[in-house]
Amino acid sequence: METSAAARVEPSTRETLDSVVIRFAGDSGDGMQLTGSQFTTATADAGNDLSTFPDFPAEIRAPAGTTYGVSGFQIHFAAHDIQTPGDAPDVLVAMNPAALKVNGEVLKPGGLLVVNTGAFSSNNLKKAGYENSPLEDGTLDRFRVLAIDVTKLTLEAVKDVGLGSKDAHRCKNMWTLGLMYWLFGREREQTISWLKGKFAKRPKLAEANIAALNAGHIYGENAELPHGINAYQVPAANLAPGEYRNISGNEATAWGLVTGAKLAGLQVMYGSYPITPASNLLHNLARLKHFGVTTFQAEDEIAAVAAAVGASFGGSIGVTGTSGPGVALKSEAIGLAIMAELPLVIVNVQRGGPSTGLPTKTEQSDLFQAVWGRNGDAPLVVLAAATPGDCYYMAIEAIRLAVTYMTPVILLSDGYLANSAEPWPLPDLDALRPFPVEFHQDPEDFHPFARNEETLARIWAVPGTPGLEHRIGGLEKDRDTGHISYDPHNHHLMTCVRHDKIAGIARDIAPAEVDQGDDHGDLLVVGWGSTYGSISQAVRVLREQGQQVSHLHLRNIWPLPEGLGNLLDSFHTVLVPELNNGQLVKLLRAEYPVDAVSLPRVTGLPFHIGGLIQAMEERLQGSAI
Amino acid sequence: MSPNSPKKEYTRKDFASDQEVRWCPGCGDYAILAAVQRTLPSLGSTPENTVFISGIGCSSRFPYYMNTYGFHTIHGRAPAIATGVKLANPKLDVWVITGDGDGLSIGGNHLLHVLRRNIDLQIMLFNNQIYGLTKGQYSPTSQVGKVTPSSPLGSIDQPVVPARFALGARATFVARAFDTSKKLPEALSAAREHKGASFIEILQNCPVFNDGVFDLITDRKTGPAYQLWLEHGQPMKFGANGEKGLRLKAETLSLEVVTIGEDGITEADIVVHDESNASLAWMLSDLPEVVALGVLYRQPGPVYNQSVEVQRELAEERFGEPDLHALLRQGHTWTVS
Repeated sequence: METSAAARVEPSTRETLDSVVIRFAGDSGDGMQLTGSQFTTATADAGNDLSTFPDFPAEIRAPAGTTYGVSGFQIHFAAHDIQTPGDAPDVLVAMNPAALKVNGEVLKPGGLLVVNTGAFSSNNLKKAGYENSPLEDGTLDRFRVLAIDVTKLTLEAVKDVGLGSKDAHRCKNMWTLGLMYWLFGREREQTISWLKGKFAKRPKLAEANIAALNAGHIYGENAELPHGINAYQVPAANLAPGEYRNISGNEATAWGLVTGAKLAGLQVMYGSYPITPASNLLHNLARLKHFGVTTFQAEDEIAAVAAAVGASFGGSIGVTGTSGPGVALKSEAIGLAIMAELPLVIVNVQRGGPSTGLPTKTEQSDLFQAVWGRNGDAPLVVLAAATPGDCYYMAIEAIRLAVTYMTPVILLSDGYLANSAEPWPLPDLDALRPFPVEFHQDPEDFHPFARNEETLARIWAVPGTPGLEHRIGGLEKDRDTGHISYDPHNHHLMTCVRHDKIAGIARDIAPAEVDQGDDHGDLLVVGWGSTYGSISQAVRVLREQGQQVSHLHLRNIWPLPEGLGNLLDSFHTVLVPELNNGQLVKLLRAEYPVDAVSLPRVTGLPFHIGGLIQAMEERLQGSAI
Repeated sequence: MSPNSPKKEYTRKDFASDQEVRWCPGCGDYAILAAVQRTLPSLGSTPENTVFISGIGCSSRFPYYMNTYGFHTIHGRAPAIATGVKLANPKLDVWVITGDGDGLSIGGNHLLHVLRRNIDLQIMLFNNQIYGLTKGQYSPTSQVGKVTPSSPLGSIDQPVVPARFALGARATFVARAFDTSKKLPEALSAAREHKGASFIEILQNCPVFNDGVFDLITDRKTGPAYQLWLEHGQPMKFGANGEKGLRLKAETLSLEVVTIGEDGITEADIVVHDESNASLAWMLSDLPEVVALGVLYRQPGPVYNQSVEVQRELAEERFGEPDLHALLRQGHTWTVS
C-alpha cells in the first residue's frame, strides 16, 4: 500500500480548467465539513485562489438518510482572483440519495456527479423521497456520472486495521477525498499529517483513515474512468506575493478583537451566551486567556452584555457577541452604554430572521435593528465587514471607535462570513497604528461627563483612581456637571450632543469611494457586508463587457461616510442589492435625495453572481431608454 | 504603612456624596445608608476602591449618595454588571444594591447565577415587599392577599422567601437584618469579610406604600418576641429575657419555638447555631412565629473571580508570552512568491 501510494501514477494528460466549483454533500454525520476543509487546505497549497461556503442543517444529527439532515460544503477555486464560493457547482459529490435529492437540481448540466452507490439502498431512496433509483431511471443522464460503491471499497481498504463497523464506515469521507485529490491533482501529505495529529490518541483510526484516503487516490490512478471524465488541473492563481492562511470570519473577528485591544492597551472582557452562528467567537476567545482576554459565558444574552458594560466601566474593553435575537435582548443594556457613554463592542453575526428564523443560514436583515433598534434617540456606530478577512480589520476599527468616542459600536458580520474561508494575506502587525487609551487621572475640576470639545467624547475615569469617585447611570445628566438632570432644555441639548458625537465620526473614517469603476456613470451598485464578493464579481463581468457600472461597498453603515451623497448623485441609477427585504436602500433614501432601487433577496443563501448580473443588465437597459 | 504615605483615616463623612438624599421622609433606606457609611471606614475601605452597582427602584438610588464609584444601571441587571466590574478589576470592593422587585422579579435570573458562581461581591437586597417607585403594586415578596392598585382583591401570587432563594442558588453567605437595627453594621461587616458572593436581605419599611409591614419584628416593644439573632456556636434563644428558643422536632425534621422552663424544657434542648449547616439554614430561613436574623449561613467555597485568575495564570504558563504574530500563523500558512 505504502509503496504504491508513494509511486505516484500521474494521468498521461490532465485537462486544464480555469476554475471549478465542487460541492461535497452527505449526511450531517458523514464528515462533509471536515472533508471540505481538508480539500480547502490542499487547494490553498496548490496555489489557487479559493472561497468556501459550508451549508449545514440546524439539527446537529438529523436522522440519517433524510433530506433535512444533508450537510454541504462548497468550494470554488481558480487560476485567477475570485471572491465568492460560486453559483452552481461543476462537481457534486453525493454520499447518499438524500444528498443527491437536495443538491442534484443545482449541479450544472454536464457537470460531474460522484455518487456513492453503496448508500443507494431501497430504504435510503425512500427516505430521500425517490420512488425509483435515479441511478437507473435516466434522470441523471444530463450529468457525467461517476457511480462508485464507496462504502464497499472503504470497508475493503480498512479491513486489516480491525475497526468496528461504525468506525470503518466513517472512513468513507476520506476515501472520497482521496479520489477527489487524484481527480484535481492535490497532494495528500497535509491531510495525512492532520489525521495523525487528530487521532494521535487513537492510532487505529488514523491508520484506517489514511488507508481509505490512499485507497481512494489509488482508485483514481487505476480505474478506467467513464468516457468524458478526466483528471483535471487548475493552474495556480496569480496572488499577490506574501504569506497567506485560510481564515473564516469568526476567527478573524476574534483575532481582530485581541489585536484591537492590544493597540488600545486594554484587556478584553468578552461576555457571551452561546448562539448560532456566533458561538465559535466565544470558543476562539476562550483559548486566548494569555492575551489578556477574559471570557464570561453568561446566563443569558442580557447578562452577557451587562457584564461587558460593567467591564468597560471597570476599565477593560467590554465586548459581547451574538446574533439578531440576542441583540434584541441586549438592546436595553446597549442603551445604557449609550447614555453612560461607555465603550462597548457588540458583534452581531446575523442569521435568517425574524424570531428564531433560519439559525444556520445567512442574512443581512439586522441593519435597521443595529442603526435604530433601541428606545429613545440612541445613536451608536455601526460597521459591517465585507469579507472573512475584513472581519479582522473591522474588529480593530470597532474597538478604536468605541474607546476614542466612548460609545457602543455594533459590528455586523453574518453566517456566511462567519463560516466561509478565504486565503488571507497575513497583516503587517507593525503597520497597524496603536490608539492607546489614557484614563483620566486629574481630580482638578473633574466631572465624569467632561468632554473633548472636538470629538465630544467624555473622559474615561475608572474605579480605583483616587479623587475621581463619581456616579453614572441611565438617567439624563447635566451637560456641565454630570449630575442627574430633568431639565427640559438640558435633555434636548444632551440628545444633540449624543447625536453630534456619533455624526462627527464621519470625519474620522475614510470618505466614500467607489471600489470598482468610475465615480460617475449609468449604474452604481451599492452593497454592504458579506455581499462584497458577489457584487464585485458581477460588476467585473459587466465592466469587461464594456458596461458603465460601478461598485461602492459600505463598511461604515452609521455614520455614513462623507461624500456618499455626491457619489450617489453622480449616477443615473443606484441599485442596492441586499440579503434582506430592502433596508440599506431605505436608509440611503432617508439620508439623501436618491431614488435608489432595491434588489432584495431573502433565501438564507448568498447572492448568485448570475442573478446579480441579470438584475444589473435590466437596470442598464432601463437607464439607456 | 510607610512613614511617607500615611494611611488616611476615613470617616463616615468621607463616604457621603454631595447629593441631596431624595427618598421619602421616614423611608428605611436612610437608616441603611447611614449604616453603610458608618461601617465602611471601620472595614478599612477606601472611597476610590469601593464601587456600588444598583439596578432600578427606590433602593437603587443608593449609589448617588455614596462618595465612592457608583453605577445606577438598568432594571434587574446589577449583578451581571457588577460581575463585569469585578472581572475587569478584581481588586475593587464591589457592592450590589437591589430590591425585592429588582433582584427577585425582573433580575431573579441574574441573582441566581451571581450567587451560584460565587463572585466576590456583597449583595444587599432591600426587601419592603412592595413596588415603591412605580407607586405601590405588589412585589414577589408581598404576602398573599395584599391589596394594591394592581391587586384590588388581594395578591394571589405566592411570595418568594429571599433567603431560601439564595440558599437554593447555593449562596455561600446568607444573612438577614432590618433597616433600623443596631446590628446591621455587624451583618454588613461579616458580608464584606466573606470571600465570595454575600447575600444580605434587609427588611425595610416603605412608609408610603407598605407602612408598618415589619412593625411586629422591628418595634422596640414587640421586637424581642420576634427577633432571633443568630450567633455561631450559641443556642438559638430569643424573647425579652431570652426565655424562648428553638428545639428540633425530630419526627417532622423541623424547628419549633419552645419556652425554657416550661414542660421540662431546659437550655440543653435548644439547638446550637451552626453557620456551616445548610439544612439548618434552610429551616431558619422561614420559621413560624419568629424571624431569624444575623448570619444564617456561611460556608466558603471556590470564588469565581479567583478561579478566572488561576485559569489566566495556567494559560500563561501553558502558552507563554502572548504573541500576535504567532497567533495569526497558527495552523497552516503558505507563501506566494
